[in-house]
Amino acid sequence: MNLVSMFIAAVLINNIVLSKFLGMCPFLGVSKKMSSALGMGVAVIFVIFGASVISYGLYYLILEPLGLQYMQLITFILVIASFVQFVEMFIKKFSPALYKSLGVYLPLITTNCAVLYVAQQNISSGYNFIETCINSIAVPTGFLLVLVIFAAVRERLESSDIPECFKGNPIALICAAIMALAFSAFAGLV
Amino acid sequence: MSEKKKSSFATGLIAENPVFGLYLGICSTLAISTNINNALGMGVAVTFVLIMSNVIISLMRKIIPDEIRIPVYIVIIASLVTIVEMLIHAYAPSLYTALGAFISLIVVNCIILGRAEAFASKNPVLPSAFDGLSMGCGYTLSLLAISFIRQLLGTGIISLSNPFTDATIFSVTIIPENYIISLFTSQTGAFLTFAICAAALSAYVNKQKKKEAAK
Repeated sequence: MNLVSMFIAAVLINNIVLSKFLGMCPFLGVSKKMSSALGMGVAVIFVIFGASVISYGLYYLILEPLGLQYMQLITFILVIASFVQFVEMFIKKFSPALYKSLGVYLPLITTNCAVLYVAQQNISSGYNFIETCINSIAVPTGFLLVLVIFAAVRERLESSDIPECFKGNPIALICAAIMALAFSAFAGLV
Repeated sequence: MSEKKKSSFATGLIAENPVFGLYLGICSTLAISTNINNALGMGVAVTFVLIMSNVIISLMRKIIPDEIRIPVYIVIIASLVTIVEMLIHAYAPSLYTALGAFISLIVVNCIILGRAEAFASKNPVLPSAFDGLSMGCGYTLSLLAISFIRQLLGTGIISLSNPFTDATIFSVTIIPENYIISLFTSQTGAFLTFAICAAALSAYVNKQKKKEAAK
């Protein structure tokens, strides 16, 4: 039960984009088309899960026994960068179609701050292995959910009449503000 | 030359403002801008990392192999951020708590990697340091602008305190407590303030462009 409420809290209440403001760059950059939003969301789930589990293992098996906690940041960012690279090569080799549809967004996941944040959050909150797994799936699921909703909103924005200076990102951010307002209603859920 | 420098500094502040113009580093801008103190601390930390990383990368630009340049940049930036994190933790503990995870997230702040890739890897040391300073100031200024609006409308109090001793430098109540809009301290307020600031800057830049076209 505890794990279920943890999942719901991470997806809806502490949504990574709308309440923690992480992963804003792909949120604004990749949300113009529904198909790319979906692809990005799924890729992020995969990368966050993989990178968090590897970082978790590295931290508790190598860094902590050796007293090298201060190397945490450098280790994690290298794990993320090489994991993204690995995923890219893997997908390119085994599923060229998927690779084509994800395109340039795949390498950009490295600089998605949500990935580093989740890896660090698992350590700083003292989660055990199962909690780490749940958290690393729940957080990017929240990202996927918001990204897909936002992409739908933006597809509508394309055809609406917007004041000159609000065109592009400003109006998208106004929509994000209204979405954040809606999501804040989930606060009392768990 | 100095004229050129001056204009390139102004570009970093206004026309190519990294936050409102290029939409880089938005995550930390939105999250940290709840009050002026945090904004200033974060701005100084980012500016420091930006200048140092630009200098180091510019010095090493001829020996870094092209294929692995991004991992090399990231390691340099991560080491600098670790240093900054330790310094803030040691000398300004309250700022450390307030900024939380966002200090270590400077590593993935797109401004820093973006400037390393776009500017420092192609230019000599001095211009790179200068570019870092200009971009850092642009970032700090945008953070201050947003946090000023949010703090003013959300709490009605404008205050600044010394991050090292926690002593209040000044604190002015501008809006009485009954008239504040606490929405502005929440996430929604962050998005709204950001959107309106970005729109205002874009309106200004458009007007400037029109003027130039008319000439």
